[in-house]
Amino acid sequence: MMNIEEKTFNQDFQFQAPLAPKQTRLQAFWFLFKQNRLAIVGLFIFILFFCSALIGLFLTSGPEPIFDPALIRLQEKLRPPLAKPNLDSLRPEEVPTLDFYLMGTDDLGRDVFARMLQGAWVSLTVGFVAVGIAVLIGIFMGGIAGYFGQYHIKVDHILLTFILVSGAGLVAGKLIHFGALLLLLGLGHILYSILTKKRSREKAVSSWSAFLSKNAVSVDTLIMRIVDIMLCFPSFFLILTVVALLPASIYNIMIVIGLTSWMGTTRFVRAEFLSLREQDFVAAVKALGVSNFRIIFRHMMPNAVAPVLVSATIGIATAILTEAGLSFLGFGVPPPHATWGNILSDGKRFIFDAPWLTFIPGVAILIVVLSFNLFGEGLRDTLNPRLRERH
Amino acid sequence: MLSFIGRSIVQKIITLFFVSIVSFLIIHLAPGKPSQVDPMNPKFTPEVVERFRKEFHLDKPLHVQYLYFYQDFFSGKTVSWKDNQSVLKKIWERFLNSLPLFIVGTIITWTLSFPIGIRSAIFRGRLYDRSATFISYLLISIPGFFFAYILIIFVVTHFHVPVIGMETFGIGKTSMPHIFMDRIWHLLLPSVLGATGGIAVLSRYVRSQMLEVEGQDYIRTARAKGLPPEQVHYKHALRNALLPFVTMFGLILPGLIGGSVIIESIFSWPGMGRMAYEAILARDYPVILTVNFVSAVLVLIGTFISDILYLMVDPRIRL
Repeated sequence: MMNIEEKTFNQDFQFQAPLAPKQTRLQAFWFLFKQNRLAIVGLFIFILFFCSALIGLFLTSGPEPIFDPALIRLQEKLRPPLAKPNLDSLRPEEVPTLDFYLMGTDDLGRDVFARMLQGAWVSLTVGFVAVGIAVLIGIFMGGIAGYFGQYHIKVDHILLTFILVSGAGLVAGKLIHFGALLLLLGLGHILYSILTKKRSREKAVSSWSAFLSKNAVSVDTLIMRIVDIMLCFPSFFLILTVVALLPASIYNIMIVIGLTSWMGTTRFVRAEFLSLREQDFVAAVKALGVSNFRIIFRHMMPNAVAPVLVSATIGIATAILTEAGLSFLGFGVPPPHATWGNILSDGKRFIFDAPWLTFIPGVAILIVVLSFNLFGEGLRDTLNPRLRERH
Repeated sequence: MLSFIGRSIVQKIITLFFVSIVSFLIIHLAPGKPSQVDPMNPKFTPEVVERFRKEFHLDKPLHVQYLYFYQDFFSGKTVSWKDNQSVLKKIWERFLNSLPLFIVGTIITWTLSFPIGIRSAIFRGRLYDRSATFISYLLISIPGFFFAYILIIFVVTHFHVPVIGMETFGIGKTSMPHIFMDRIWHLLLPSVLGATGGIAVLSRYVRSQMLEVEGQDYIRTARAKGLPPEQVHYKHALRNALLPFVTMFGLILPGLIGGSVIIESIFSWPGMGRMAYEAILARDYPVILTVNFVSAVLVLIGTFISDILYLMVDPRIRL
């Protein structure tokens, strides 16, 4: 008797006990994401592109690549796609690997298929590295603005920065003695203020030090003004200017695109942090005495990551388009290396005789960028809690 | 209201000051000097280079150069290093060339994207909506230069009209209608290309705004009291959905000068974007800096106008 009662009690208790959700977050996400067919297609193309870029890197690099993108066969120029090579006029090492030109040849007789494979890797890395830089800067700036935004920068901080920057500038501008003096002065002040940090709070303040410790501008205002300043530049024009002035290299392009596109991420992260900061779970972790660093990256960041992920995916698409545009204008990766933009730009002179030189890279860029955009929009729909309830 | 205007003007001037510093530093600290553009040119002897550097204050320290440049800029005396012409005059000429492109492009964008967006919001989830969505993604994703070549091939082979440049070379003396149609054909392609991205983005935005308003209670009420669907959609829903777009009038202003470097160079259109591109190639710092400065001013004016419009249109916002 007793035994049965205990059993039913246990069962009841089991029913009332809070159950863990049946699906993990990832499963729930995948369930919603599956319903968006366009986004699935986008994801599929994206994976395909990723694999072919990786494989392409292995097949086209090294001292003796399987597909040589730089091999010039002048006697075989402007052959259409799927054309058989004229074996009589080629030396054995010049015969294409596939025994035919899958995507034709360009005006120097180079295999377009090999060049496209080589270019895929450029597009992929430019997209990911540039967006990676932008997202890192954006999370950092947005996190500071959202979490530490209410703190103020004091007048002496500004003066100190000014002294240090102008000192460094003078050292760079060959006025070494004066600049070094300023730098020493600034560093000395930092050391002094660290040493006397505890005492200065209790001391009665004179009017001069009161002016120095006056609140000048809040951290949030400062960072958002920097964002405003960056948004004033016409972005493509700025990128073009910097890339044209710097020596041509793929790393410069990645860095420049990354440094000019972090503003959106900063705004998203800041907005998310401003609302997260007021929530109970953050107050609870603070009460537990968790460090700021851990609160930001372990507790707040996972909750703020959705808009960042969406804007990063779409940012990759934009970066690929920007790189193609730069290559098209002749500021991209230096010539022997193929990118989709410069294949198209070289091919435009033969647009009526050899349209494949324009259409193959153009369609490739279109499909890849489209897949990123569709995937990003699918992510946005799936991660948006307001839209999620409707399903 | 007045204090808001005053505050934002002061703020924008400070922003502009920092923009001028940053753009000056970017250009002058980048490696390479204007005198190295054409080192093979026999006319560029060291003495001539030295004279140039003196002439344009390039031998002075950076902050002095900055002051010289903006002193010239605000007194309107900035000259291009390339041909010694006044920069403002050059920009003005190019601006007049770019203006028709901008106007036609904007008109195409705004007149097409509203009907498309509204219709796909009304027919949400149907074939029309889905295909409009897909096409707009397609238009966002297509590289402008590739699309330009597709259109050029299409127009040239089907209509047999020349499209490169502002007018057919050597058209000379022909009848007025002929010249007129020639100009129209030359204007059409670049402005359509400039509008494609705008149409795609704006129509998506119109659609999402309409959908949001259509979900409101007052729309349900309007339907429930038996109003015809047209009246519900176009009178009750559309008017409320239009609100954010009023403010976008301010934001199209920067497009005036940004132009499109790529499209203008494909079509050899002598506009702003192309001039900026040529200036970058020739390291013509005054032109680059002036274009940058003017476009920053336009961005700031644009956001200012959109703030003011928002204040006037939306009674809920009080500062």
